[in-house]
Amino acid sequence: MLRIRHGRLIDPASGHDGVADLWIDGGHIAAIGRAPKGAANAREINAKGLVVCPGFADPGSHLREPGHEHKATIASEARAAAAGGFTTVCCTPDTQPVLDNASVIEHITQRAVAAGAAQVVCLGALTVGLGGEVLAEMHALKAAGCVGVTNLGRAVKDTAVLMHALAYAASAELTVFLHPEDYWLARQGTMHEGAVSTRLGIPGIPAAAEVIAVHRDLTLLAEAGARAHFCKLSAGDSIKPIAEARKRGLPVTADVGIGNLCFTADDVGSFDANYHVRPPLRDARDRAALRRGVRQGGIDIIGAYHEPHDADAKAAPFGLTEPGVSTYDTFLSSLLQLVADGAFDLPTALAGASLAPHRLLGQPGGTLDVGAPADVCAFDPAVRWHVTPAALKSAGKNTPYLGQTLTGRVMFTLVGGRLVHQL
Amino acid sequence: MATPDIQLDAHGRLRHFLAIEGLPRALLIQILDQAERFAPVGDRAVKKVPLLRGKTVANLFFEPSTRTRTTFDLAAKRLSADVLNLNIEASSTKKGESLADTLRNLEAMQCDMFVVRHQVSGAADYIARQVAPHISVINGGDGRHEHPTQAMLDAFTIRRLKKSFDALRIAIVGDVAHSRVARSNIQALRTLGVPDLRVVGPKTLIPPGIEAMGVTVHDDLDEGISGADVVIMLRLQQERMQSALLPSAHEYFREYGLTAERLRGAAKDAIVMHPGPINRGVEIDSEVADGTQSVILQQVTYGIAVRMAVMSMAMGTQAQTGAA
Amino acid sequence: MKPAFDIELLIDDMAVHLRRMLDAAEIREPAIVGIRTGGVWIAERLRTMLQIAEPLGELNIAFYRDDFSRIGIHPTVEPSSLPFDVDNRDLILVDDILYTGRTIRAAMNEIFDYGRPRSIRLAVLFDRSGRELPIQADVVGAHLSLKPREHAKLTGPSPLNLEIHRTKSA
Repeated sequence: MLRIRHGRLIDPASGHDGVADLWIDGGHIAAIGRAPKGAANAREINAKGLVVCPGFADPGSHLREPGHEHKATIASEARAAAAGGFTTVCCTPDTQPVLDNASVIEHITQRAVAAGAAQVVCLGALTVGLGGEVLAEMHALKAAGCVGVTNLGRAVKDTAVLMHALAYAASAELTVFLHPEDYWLARQGTMHEGAVSTRLGIPGIPAAAEVIAVHRDLTLLAEAGARAHFCKLSAGDSIKPIAEARKRGLPVTADVGIGNLCFTADDVGSFDANYHVRPPLRDARDRAALRRGVRQGGIDIIGAYHEPHDADAKAAPFGLTEPGVSTYDTFLSSLLQLVADGAFDLPTALAGASLAPHRLLGQPGGTLDVGAPADVCAFDPAVRWHVTPAALKSAGKNTPYLGQTLTGRVMFTLVGGRLVHQL
Repeated sequence: MATPDIQLDAHGRLRHFLAIEGLPRALLIQILDQAERFAPVGDRAVKKVPLLRGKTVANLFFEPSTRTRTTFDLAAKRLSADVLNLNIEASSTKKGESLADTLRNLEAMQCDMFVVRHQVSGAADYIARQVAPHISVINGGDGRHEHPTQAMLDAFTIRRLKKSFDALRIAIVGDVAHSRVARSNIQALRTLGVPDLRVVGPKTLIPPGIEAMGVTVHDDLDEGISGADVVIMLRLQQERMQSALLPSAHEYFREYGLTAERLRGAAKDAIVMHPGPINRGVEIDSEVADGTQSVILQQVTYGIAVRMAVMSMAMGTQAQTGAA
Repeated sequence: MKPAFDIELLIDDMAVHLRRMLDAAEIREPAIVGIRTGGVWIAERLRTMLQIAEPLGELNIAFYRDDFSRIGIHPTVEPSSLPFDVDNRDLILVDDILYTGRTIRAAMNEIFDYGRPRSIRLAVLFDRSGRELPIQADVVGAHLSLKPREHAKLTGPSPLNLEIHRTKSA
């Protein structure tokens, strides 16, 4: 038995928020507050001054293995995730080979177990090789344990193929993770189309590329009867149609990447490739709408969308660099900064980072309910730390925060009651 | 977040010349004045001054351009520098590491200055951040971003012919969306104090939010050049003449081509400029291109003096930094 | 500190010497070139006195200096101008103070980039010690004897005055 003493327990599922002891036994939450039976010999961890909450989960991160081990490995990123407060992460299918068959999943699962850090679940490919033409064996992927299917940002150009893929996923009872983006409008762009792209002469991606894809996908989903999750919303105008569809009874959810809540296209400044992300950072109006979406519930999840890169991936002029930010290490600090800025309150932030993504992935964590798995994170909300490459646990050092001082660090993380990270 | 301006040293002197954006008016004036001093060198028996003797300038052209390379080449030679011309296939530098390798190699050859032209916006900025501290980088055009020496030679031409920038009406006509010349000119002419700056073109060739750069937008040519003292025509790239952006070169000429008749709507003593090479009968009628109001060939001549000015100023700053 | 020189008188003297020199060499159509800034002031006066027909030449030797690597480019304004054909011309090169000789070296280099003169004669208002190159003047207004840390500077254009400054010990 383990007793986590004197922490501020925040459990978005039950609404609990207050200083109490958390009791863990046999890998599960045993009690909150008063000692359960057999507590006499419990080990103790002092959590005074810390926030204790359910561990975070992530709707899709690039763990880079197999195939891109020069960027990162499952072991390095599962450990980085645990250090960032994540107890479950979700591996995207853009591995090499592509995660479109069961054998790759086996490999990933083995590596994740060996790493003994955050748990790893997998998203399968919607189409073979993510090529957007031939449907992947979704029943087999589901049987192998995939929590959903996605074609990531590789747009299915042919609308007929997309409709069929959605219908087939519906019959396989798999959630489709959609990255809405019109291929033709986004094709040449590498940043948000607006005053900054005009000034820098960088080909732009208009917000319309996302908004029309959201409308198209919602229409197709209603036809196909599929359950879907919209990933990485970047445009404010994408939120309303999804919320309205949900009101009509469509089983759809949505998330926003942490970066799009924190930054805008202005941050690209003069060609800073650490702000090259896909979908792009948009303008201040979009960012305000996304924050409002989280606050009001139109957006359920705040995603890490961790994309570790090797140094070469960012060593080029902006448009030739690979998009993505390494986020696991800084996710909590970003979240706390957003709370401090008044974007939303702390329980909302924690619900969006833990409870909601666990539900999306069909995983039992994300709550401190008695009997739930003891996937727990404890963080110091006030400690300040300096972001250096060495301070980052992830193999990817590609973050715009390098050189800055951030507030808030995860002090320890439990997965199934086992201590997988301690600072 | 604004990244620090790497173009200037701690004393505000020019180290690299990457973009007009961010440079103070006084520095632009200094470049124009310096160019005035280099201009007469071209009229002498020996068209050369020994200022950069013993220095090596490498022209790094990732995108083919005979004309711009030639004027940089000539400018460097008139300063007595040794010139190395490298045409680097774009395909071999798609990956960051080989670009970095190229730079390391040129540094190992002890070059002092890189003149860079690249098809991707931000390339000159990136290279300037990568090179050894004693090397100066001059942007010879990066993607759609900037072509700052072209803007300075345009400003030089305008100042010679119109004396002052304070009361000018200037129209930039054509494919603004894909034009680094347009962006640099807007930045330079705004900084130099031109009060009325307009961009003119069909909506498909005007990028969104360009008003934020301090211009007014017109999609009617006659309205756009009405009363203008200077009309800067942009080159229409071949691949856009018949595309999803424009139906045909013929229709473009009918709507946006500058003819003698339409030029009558500008100021009586208006000058017509073009960065070259010109497409006769597409953006400009031969009668105008060869007419008395055209200063297109003067631009070419002045381009050499302006590039000499920029090269010697940047190299001079670097030389001092290195010696300090 | 103001040394007692009547500069106008010295220039008169220089004109006499130059006239004698030109006559002896049978030079009928010389041209006169001043080095900016002080040399131009003196050359202007000499040109009038010697009744030289060709317009005044002016040299700004900024592009020919040998200290570019140490101090970069000079932000001076007026460019050089030699408004006559230099080829086969007999030139009188004029400067205010002859010191290290480097300015004269640079000026001669620049002149040769305009053409090949038949001859160059050097006239200076003051000659002071401290030569670093084997260059001597043909005509000198006066000799200054200065210590190493003393610097002379001509102010003008009218009246012309010589100022001597002493720099603090190094």
